[in-house]
Amino acid sequence: MRLADLYWLPATGDIAERIRQLRADRTLRWSDLVALANCRLDFVQTNQLDKALQRWPVEAGPISRLKLALLSSSTVNHLLPGCRVAALRRNFYLQTFVGDYAMYLADLQDEGSALHQYGPDVLLCAFHAQHLIGNPDPALSPREADALLEQAVDRIVQVWRLIRQRFHAQVIQQTVLPVRSLIVGSNEHRLRGSCTTLIERLNLRLRDLADEHGVDILALDRVASDDGLRTWHDPVLWHRAKQEISPAAAPAYGDLVARLIAAQRGRSAKCLVLDLDNTIWGGVIGDDGLEGIKLGQGSALGEAYVDFQQYVSQLARRGVILAVCSKNDSETARLPFERHPEMVLKCEQIACFVANWSDKAQNVRHIAAQLNIGIDSLVFVDDNPFERNIVRRELPSVAVPELPEDPAHYARCLADAGYFEALHITADDLERGAQYRANLAREQLRASETDVRGYLSNLDMELRWQPFDRVGLLRIVQLINKTNQFNLTTRRYTESEVASLMADEHALTLQLRLADRFGDNGIIGIVIGKVEGDSIRLDTWLMSCRVLGRQVEEETLNVVVGEAQRLGACRLIGEYRPTDKNRMVSEHYRKLGFELAEETQDGTSLWTMPVRDFSPHETFIRQIRSA
Amino acid sequence: MDDGQILTQVRDIIADVLDQPDLQINAGTTAAEVEGWDSFNHINIVVAMERHFGIKVNTAEIEDLRNVGELVALVSRKLKESR
Repeated sequence: MRLADLYWLPATGDIAERIRQLRADRTLRWSDLVALANCRLDFVQTNQLDKALQRWPVEAGPISRLKLALLSSSTVNHLLPGCRVAALRRNFYLQTFVGDYAMYLADLQDEGSALHQYGPDVLLCAFHAQHLIGNPDPALSPREADALLEQAVDRIVQVWRLIRQRFHAQVIQQTVLPVRSLIVGSNEHRLRGSCTTLIERLNLRLRDLADEHGVDILALDRVASDDGLRTWHDPVLWHRAKQEISPAAAPAYGDLVARLIAAQRGRSAKCLVLDLDNTIWGGVIGDDGLEGIKLGQGSALGEAYVDFQQYVSQLARRGVILAVCSKNDSETARLPFERHPEMVLKCEQIACFVANWSDKAQNVRHIAAQLNIGIDSLVFVDDNPFERNIVRRELPSVAVPELPEDPAHYARCLADAGYFEALHITADDLERGAQYRANLAREQLRASETDVRGYLSNLDMELRWQPFDRVGLLRIVQLINKTNQFNLTTRRYTESEVASLMADEHALTLQLRLADRFGDNGIIGIVIGKVEGDSIRLDTWLMSCRVLGRQVEEETLNVVVGEAQRLGACRLIGEYRPTDKNRMVSEHYRKLGFELAEETQDGTSLWTMPVRDFSPHETFIRQIRSA
Repeated sequence: MDDGQILTQVRDIIADVLDQPDLQINAGTTAAEVEGWDSFNHINIVVAMERHFGIKVNTAEIEDLRNVGELVALVSRKLKESR
């Protein structure tokens, strides 16, 4: 089980043949390409699929397209197909650019360089050890070693600064691979001038500094230590071709890169859907009963399941939503959660619990609908290959890992697959479990209230709003970059762009939180308006789907109009830009009373509304301006 | 595995890497005679062979392998050594 082998992807025997067929076909279908990218591919197959991908007419489709530039100090061309195919796996089209060998500083500084003309969305800095620290004298004094380290750090930080000044792009810094052999042994750290010691310290410093510079880390050092350095780095190939990373590891390298790119754009999975029998405990609860299932002390197998549950519970704690999808009677399925003393997972942690006898694909669809999240943000975990295949066939956009035979490896499999890759951990992430549980309580209240108005008035809702500020910045950036459905324009902004909006006098920025009697939902809405003459153009309006159907749209408009009046604007201009995900808001402005002003061929529409004689929408929400 | 079988498998690997399913080669074929068999793909061929046969090619050996017969002989020798 090595990450480098992409072992969680299903292997198919006929992959080479399928790629060949695809390339022979006259008409290339994007969904076929994506499907093949989601099979387990070695590096030769990855290169072959990449050739098919290169035939894709980029300009034609509505597929999201991103440009990656690699700034590197070694040979990286052999890694590009892996990056492109890994992006394809996540349903986006990646273009790649590699500058001249180790010329990245000049490329960054020279505004006429090919790199500048290329205009990357993502810059990946991939530097090797020798490039950064050379061949230090192992007998360096501590002070000399520190100086050498700081020199290397300064060089990297200078690169980051140059990028920040010149590009609005995601910056990824790869940690340095510890490729040198030990000179001392286990206590290598006592030799200050040892390459290995210096690289370890450098990697620590990079992690610290990355946060303040808004840089995302690609933890190559950790992957290599988990997987075995020899899997990733072959000194023979280093000497032969200056390939720091072996071609055999290229597909996995690409996957690590694509995860970070996807995470930045809100394309990481959000919800883990779990089977029960033989997935989170051993045996079948319906047959073996509470005493018969294997869970906890007493058997190695039982402990392995507890271990997996602990991992799942930790995922939930950091914001991954949990759901259950089991073929069982509902009461039987809940029995261990309620009565088994060794269960780590509790019913309260499960945002959506589905146990019945209908087919799992249908149930998985139901879970996505219940939780109001896209079907492509689900990961379906089931020990049964039959169920896995049904879900794969019916719902190709759901991630379905090939689980290892042994539950002792389940957690590792989910971790290696990187489904839930995240870049920032916000306070909201840590609260998410509670928020989804509160949602469930709201649903139950809704079920008990016969009319919606009664339900809403009973919720005791409060919309707390304020302009963007430093405290909310991370969450604001996260929402801007990951909200797909309730998002009128789907404009993505980096942290530095959002920060510059905060300072802009001609920009109206709003972050909105919704609280009710069940708890605080956190920041659920973002509006960015730009003053244009006597109008305010609503550049961005997005909302978390968690709070749909609760009059938040209307109350948000009340806030927006209030602010527009304060700024002396005469009218609002709303904009809708269609994507394949945001159809639900195509009529948003009409519903709020805007008039259609203009519609272009690509489906973009502009809407206007005067603000002078605006009478606020009546809602059951109190609005409060926060400090 | 005899040299004939190894040759067939080596051919398949080279065909895959160079992406030429109908590639015709024999023991005497050199890299220079095959379109696309440049130094970049040479590495890919060697790495793909290492994975396929479960062998490891040394630094000294990797430079020399420029004809198919040498590749086959190398694989054959490595497989015997590992037995």
